[in-house]
Amino acid sequence: MSQPVAISVEGLSKRYLLGHNTTSADRNATLRDGIVNGAKDLARKTRDMFSGRQIVQGDSVEEFWALRDVSFEIPQGARVGILGSNGAGKSTLLKLLSRITEPTYGRITVNGRVASLLEVGTGFHPELSGRENIFLNGAILGMSRREIQAKFDEIVDFAEVSRFLDTPVKRYSSGMYVRLAFAVAAHLESEILIVDEVLAVGDSAFQKKCLGKMDAVSESGRTVIFVSHNMLAMQKLCRSALLIKSGRLELSDTVDACIGRYLVAAGGSDYNSAPDETRPKITEVRLLTVEPRIDRHVEIAIRWHLPAPIPGLKIGIGVNTIEGQRIFDTAPEDYGLHTPSSGGQHEAVVQIPPEALAARTYSVSAGIWLEHDSLDHVAAAINLTMVAAPVRRYRHQPTYDGLVSVPTEWTLKATQ
Amino acid sequence: MSTQTLVIEAGRAERHYWRDLWRYRELFAVLAWRDVAVRYKQTVIGLAWVVVQPLASVLVFTIIFGKLAKLPAPAGVPYALMVFAALLPWQLMSSSLTSAAGSLVGNSGLISKVYFPRLIIPVSAVMVCFVDFAVALVVFALLMTWYGLLPPPQVLLLPLFLLLGFAAAIGPGLLIASLNVRYRDFRMLVPFLVQFGMYLSPVAYSSTVVPEQWRTVYYLNPAASVIDGFRWCLLGGEAQVWWPGFAMGCAVTALLLWLGVRQFRRTERSFADMI
Repeated sequence: MSQPVAISVEGLSKRYLLGHNTTSADRNATLRDGIVNGAKDLARKTRDMFSGRQIVQGDSVEEFWALRDVSFEIPQGARVGILGSNGAGKSTLLKLLSRITEPTYGRITVNGRVASLLEVGTGFHPELSGRENIFLNGAILGMSRREIQAKFDEIVDFAEVSRFLDTPVKRYSSGMYVRLAFAVAAHLESEILIVDEVLAVGDSAFQKKCLGKMDAVSESGRTVIFVSHNMLAMQKLCRSALLIKSGRLELSDTVDACIGRYLVAAGGSDYNSAPDETRPKITEVRLLTVEPRIDRHVEIAIRWHLPAPIPGLKIGIGVNTIEGQRIFDTAPEDYGLHTPSSGGQHEAVVQIPPEALAARTYSVSAGIWLEHDSLDHVAAAINLTMVAAPVRRYRHQPTYDGLVSVPTEWTLKATQ
Repeated sequence: MSTQTLVIEAGRAERHYWRDLWRYRELFAVLAWRDVAVRYKQTVIGLAWVVVQPLASVLVFTIIFGKLAKLPAPAGVPYALMVFAALLPWQLMSSSLTSAAGSLVGNSGLISKVYFPRLIIPVSAVMVCFVDFAVALVVFALLMTWYGLLPPPQVLLLPLFLLLGFAAAIGPGLLIASLNVRYRDFRMLVPFLVQFGMYLSPVAYSSTVVPEQWRTVYYLNPAASVIDGFRWCLLGGEAQVWWPGFAMGCAVTALLLWLGVRQFRRTERSFADMI
């Protein structure tokens, strides 16, 4: 099975040089020290300049590998997401693919034209009108004047700014600005489209529109590479993904697998924290159930430490989506119990009944409250991945998209 | 859709660079247009500034150097015209150098986000200066008719000197622009070069005042030959071009142009990292 390949990357590496200043206070304590160090700096920089090396501010130079030995292939027509925490190397990878910067080692083979949207409104000039900026931005992104002219009306329609076409862009609201910028980029005709975190700007209507457009673009056989922190958007648009971690390719798999791996790194099945003598603290959150299945109970243990008695204290856990959206929370007080609040170490176990959660990954948070004040809070203590089981619901439908499963009653009326 | 295969690798020579430049010619036009369009937005007299600037310079020069300092002008030619004929290429060259030298850092947003052959940036930045030149040339022509003078037949050679002037400015412009991306000291160099250069070039005076023994050194400055050439083409008469000097100017220009383009192409790939 040899699918035509759109992009092929082999052993790609990118190195930057970082400078460090020794910040010790007595580095330049005496004037003599100051002069000597200044002269050494100047000598090094001059030497670097004449040998054509990059000048780095600071005393010592460190090598920083933004990408290290990354290899992958993207087939034509694929929709690939690129995931990773901030600073993992995603933007560097996109810059390399877009020919903006050069690799240090390795090679990229690209089949087809690449259109990159690394920033919304690249080249937009605030003094020029919307109309003028469409031509400017389009030309910058690689469209010919004839192309822009042909698609002009489409672009204006998509951006919904026809009333303000002749006003200078500096007067636009940020929403209009972003819509116009994306509208131009969305109409690029290229075999490969690379989009970097542009959805972060703009309201949900705009995001929906953008995703819809990218969907359409991909339907027509073009390859789309999409970088975003919005997991939901990525799940909707992409089928496969690349997970980048600290400059290396951690995983190349389906979107769900990569998202799972990425978020698992953010929270395991165990949370531990040392007790603190100065304040109340949650010391452990642990998943007791070895294989959580939707048709079984799920048990979670939570331990906390109080340096002194705090009457009226409440403990609780929250069950959230992996993106952090709260689904529900629960506390002993909800059931007429009282959280132990004497000084020392305490433990509790919370049990979630079967057929309440769906077969997906959740993130569990835990907290200690007094009245409405939060004394300690662990936002994503552990991940909870529920495995499907042949319960009634799943016998008649293969997948369930809901976040939780709520027991309801149906009454079917007789036909008249 | 046509598919071309592109390989991106460290140190790989861009065999298609010049072809790429042709492909991106529209972007070049758009960037040049952008610089011109933006200049006079939200101004009241708008394009009229392009006329006011050279006239004001000529007025100042005539009063200060012509009347007060009493620098000599060749016979039959009013001092104002002699100065204006020199200001035309000088303004073009100095503003081209300044625009080109700062163009890369000024367009850092584009450089770090979009791919296109970077040579387009300094060259398109210079186009604004050509617009100014064209308008000033028209004003000069009007001034000539007001004085009742006609240009000599060699005015047809004017494009030759114009080309030399452009090349003489773009060479150092590219050199400084590319060096400036890495070492921002070079930005400081340009105003100094321009100021100093104006006194070294025959703007306020005629080349005839330069003593014999300094002539060879003097003509190493390509602006000297360009200005002489402009005066010869537009005014004729006693204004002469010293052809050996012209040859030297061409040689220096060619050298600087070669250095500039070479340095630019060598460092182009790392612009996005340094800018």
